[in-house]
Amino acid sequence: MTTDAIERALRAGSPDVGGAEAALRRALEAAEAEGLVDVAWTTVDSPVGPLFLAATDAGLVRVGFGQEDWMLEDLAEHISPRVVEVGKRLDPVHRELDEYFEGRRQSFDLPLDWRLSRGFRRTVLEHLYADVPYGVTVSYLDLATASGNAKASRAVGSAMATNPIPIVVPCHRVLRTGGALGGYGGGLDAKRHLLALEGARLV
Amino acid sequence: MNLPPFQQLLDDNAVALHRFCVAQAGPDHGPDCFQEAIIAALRAYPDLRDASNLRGWLFTIAHRKVLDHHRAASRRAVPVGDPVGGAADAVPLDAELWAAVGRLPDKQRGAIALRFLADLPYADVARSLGCSEDAARQNVRAGLAGLRQEVAR
Repeated sequence: MTTDAIERALRAGSPDVGGAEAALRRALEAAEAEGLVDVAWTTVDSPVGPLFLAATDAGLVRVGFGQEDWMLEDLAEHISPRVVEVGKRLDPVHRELDEYFEGRRQSFDLPLDWRLSRGFRRTVLEHLYADVPYGVTVSYLDLATASGNAKASRAVGSAMATNPIPIVVPCHRVLRTGGALGGYGGGLDAKRHLLALEGARLV
Repeated sequence: MNLPPFQQLLDDNAVALHRFCVAQAGPDHGPDCFQEAIIAALRAYPDLRDASNLRGWLFTIAHRKVLDHHRAASRRAVPVGDPVGGAADAVPLDAELWAAVGRLPDKQRGAIALRFLADLPYADVARSLGCSEDAARQNVRAGLAGLRQEVAR
């Protein structure tokens, strides 16, 4: 056998030997058990499309619609670069979301990590989470008033637009004064779906 | 420093890293080396000061885990047995060839695996082995020559 032939054989003999995916899953579960995973993420299916979920040891930190790449980068930048896929940590979130989408759950009983939201935006989101129940809608103005600044409707709008934990922190319940739908990060179809699921009356 | 999400390193390298470990340490111990490498890398990652060559960094860690395995295996091995311990159970993609890879000296085996299994450029092979690029090329050449002798009929 010539050296060239050996080199070819080495390269040819090097496709995936199989089992990499399972080995990686086991390795990451071991890393999780050793406390080396700062942010665990996964994706789950839902009636409003695939959802990205991420949790720190403090709780659910991110729910997102669509592609995960930029959300992973965002988490690496703002929380820790030790961001890896460990579905297990999100199991309770997945379960409660399923119950919610099946109409069997009206409020979430999950620890939340609010750290991706700051200042007035966070105050607004915490009010929304605590005070606007299932099936009820409010206007940007209502929420601004409840958050202590009736002139801050615009800031409330940007708080909704940057909500890191949509669905669980229910920004879909915030509408324009008069009842127009306003906007939604997951798209207006998703917002309509969530409001219809909750039996909210729309103008 | 702004490090990319560790997930990105895994997406880019996990399959090659796994293949690298299994081909060198065999199907029984390769996955352990792989797991130890991932855990060691995660442990060190937040304190990393140089993100310019993450692939080379990751394979350097895996290379060390494979070396640890071979050292431990040769301590366990009985004198008359297979001189490199677990090497004989290396993945039989081409059984004879891989068994021969397993019997190469550490540096040559590492160089061959990094170059052809992990598909690293010579600069990264050198970094992982802790030697110059010339020495890395030399180890690959010597490894190939050794293999040629072993499998020649």
